[in-house]
Amino acid sequence: MELRYFAWLRERVGTGHEVVETEAATVSALVEELRARSEAHAFALSDLTSVRVAVDQQLVDFDASISEAREVAFFPPMTGG
Amino acid sequence: MSIRVQDAAFDMGAELNAFSQALADNGVKAGAIVSFCGVTRDVAEGDLDAMVIEHYPGMTEAALGDIRAQAMARFSLAGAMIVHRYGRLAAGEIIMMVATAAPHRADAFAGAEFLMDYLKSRAPFWKKEITTRGESWVDAKDTDEAALKRW
Repeated sequence: MELRYFAWLRERVGTGHEVVETEAATVSALVEELRARSEAHAFALSDLTSVRVAVDQQLVDFDASISEAREVAFFPPMTGG
Repeated sequence: MSIRVQDAAFDMGAELNAFSQALADNGVKAGAIVSFCGVTRDVAEGDLDAMVIEHYPGMTEAALGDIRAQAMARFSLAGAMIVHRYGRLAAGEIIMMVATAAPHRADAFAGAEFLMDYLKSRAPFWKKEITTRGESWVDAKDTDEAALKRW
């Protein structure tokens, strides 16, 4: 599964893109796996109230299924305009 | 083109003229055209050197297209366009613009406000300020999320 990180999540994780093998069924389960992956991941994903997630480029909640997902992206609340 | 995401600067006057001309060329009758331009400003209380805008290629275009389609349907717009820049912008540069066209001005104004409210909180852009004191990501405001509730 392809993972993407943007803005300060990208900086904290240390990369904007990585490929992981996962059996996680939901975004929340994936987050738990990622937190165990490295201290940088744990730091980036420590407070989910300031993290948004997209599955295959659609905004979703953390309980969303990722069993069919190709790409999951984590990023802060958006600040366009 | 109705949706554009680009690093290059653009001329807002030329964009607006092209939008208006395209409506005329297609025989679309619109009595009202409204436009809005966002300009890089000094949000932090330092001296802003630059604003760096990051986005999520692919999702950005899809999100903007979806927001535009919602506005077109909801306000019976005759046309709508969005241009948004990314990359490094100096203070005072134009970041983005929207324009809407409708038979009457109320829908054109409302459509433009709807586009802006949704674009700020639902299109994957992130701003980082580069100031004389350092760099910092711009925090989303609670008021931006609250602004969606009026629609």
